[in-house]
Amino acid sequence: MTNSIHDMGGTHGFGPVVPEPNEPVFHADWEGRVYALQRAMGATGLWTIDGGRASLENLPPLAYLASSYYRRWFLGLEGRVVAHGLVGEDEIAAGRALRPGIRLNRKLTLEDAKVVSYPHYERPPPGPAHFKAGDRVRTKNISPPTHTRLPRYARGKLGTVEAVRGCHVFPDSAALGAGENPQWLYTVVFSGQELWGDEADPAIKVSIEAFEPYLLPA
Amino acid sequence: MPADDHAHDHGSELSEMQLRVRALESILTEKGYVDPAALDQIVENVETRIGPHIGARVVARAWVDLEFKRRLLADATEAVNSVAEFDPVAAHLIAVENTPQTHNVVVCTLCSCYPWPVLGLPPVWYKSAPYRSRTVIDPKGVLAEFGVSLPPGTDIRIWDSTAETRFLVVPMRPAGTEGWGEEALAALVTRDSMVGTGLPKSPEPQKAEAGR
Repeated sequence: MTNSIHDMGGTHGFGPVVPEPNEPVFHADWEGRVYALQRAMGATGLWTIDGGRASLENLPPLAYLASSYYRRWFLGLEGRVVAHGLVGEDEIAAGRALRPGIRLNRKLTLEDAKVVSYPHYERPPPGPAHFKAGDRVRTKNISPPTHTRLPRYARGKLGTVEAVRGCHVFPDSAALGAGENPQWLYTVVFSGQELWGDEADPAIKVSIEAFEPYLLPA
Repeated sequence: MPADDHAHDHGSELSEMQLRVRALESILTEKGYVDPAALDQIVENVETRIGPHIGARVVARAWVDLEFKRRLLADATEAVNSVAEFDPVAAHLIAVENTPQTHNVVVCTLCSCYPWPVLGLPPVWYKSAPYRSRTVIDPKGVLAEFGVSLPPGTDIRIWDSTAETRFLVVPMRPAGTEGWGEEALAALVTRDSMVGTGLPKSPEPQKAEAGR
């Protein structure tokens, strides 16, 4: 979902940021297991990173806010393995496998895991970029019921293209399982006043990474 | 299992999350979808191999090698991957330089995107609602909570990580480190200084001598 609780930029009332000195990588062993399960199941290729994000955004708002980061990951993963038919709800309830697994095209092995690697999202462009650095643009005012990466605070705003970042997998399509639909990606910068009104601090500028379908010439 | 040791250390019952995660891992293992040894390896990677020490070395290299810095700011992925002693990083890494005029801060308002290959996994505060909500509207207030106050007249630039591009802040080199080697400089580069919520450590006088 797009206009859901995850889209937090500019929201008031969450209180101060609380840095933690000498913070451990994980605060409990289960967090590390959730992290690893997420990486290992992601490697099966059954869903995209955007589909994974969308499953977290679809959590009920109160559950989202009440859950720690890794608890959200866990809830998203548990929901996804059921939704994709990998695990039955009866198995989740029983806490053990009741049937053999289905065949996967890919399974992350120990040898795979020894190599630290990261996916790439840049793709050959289907056509030329419509904008260049220095162009004035206005973000579209959209509220799709599905996943998007255009945050609410930056919709319908006048900004400037600062850089062209290449052509990337389009999250709005990939999250739906509708293919990669690669789109040009830009860094678009806005003044604080454009985003937050005349009272905003003139020393502040904010940029987003905006896919071409989010932008109109201005 | 480490989870058992942890619970016993504290003499407590297993928490709800320990039980649920353990159950899901068992189910996924029994069904043949995951290999527990691979999971152990993944945890080990993020606990011991990747972390802010990687970014600190990149920043220190940029401080001593202007040609590397030029390439880093032009294409951070290419620049980092061109140095054999650095682990290769993902594509789409972008380095942004702090200057006396402009201070950069990185956030992800929509989830918690963070430059894992150079900084490791993000701290809890980076993933928290206060940081994600306020950094784009009240960055000076957020910086104050980190004990950072910038000189008057400094512009603040916020980078919201809304795509798969990832941002590494290159902080300004601290005064008093002239002639220092890369290793000594890297020890001054904190994680928060590469997110923009901190500044590099200042050299202590006795260490300044050792750094040379």
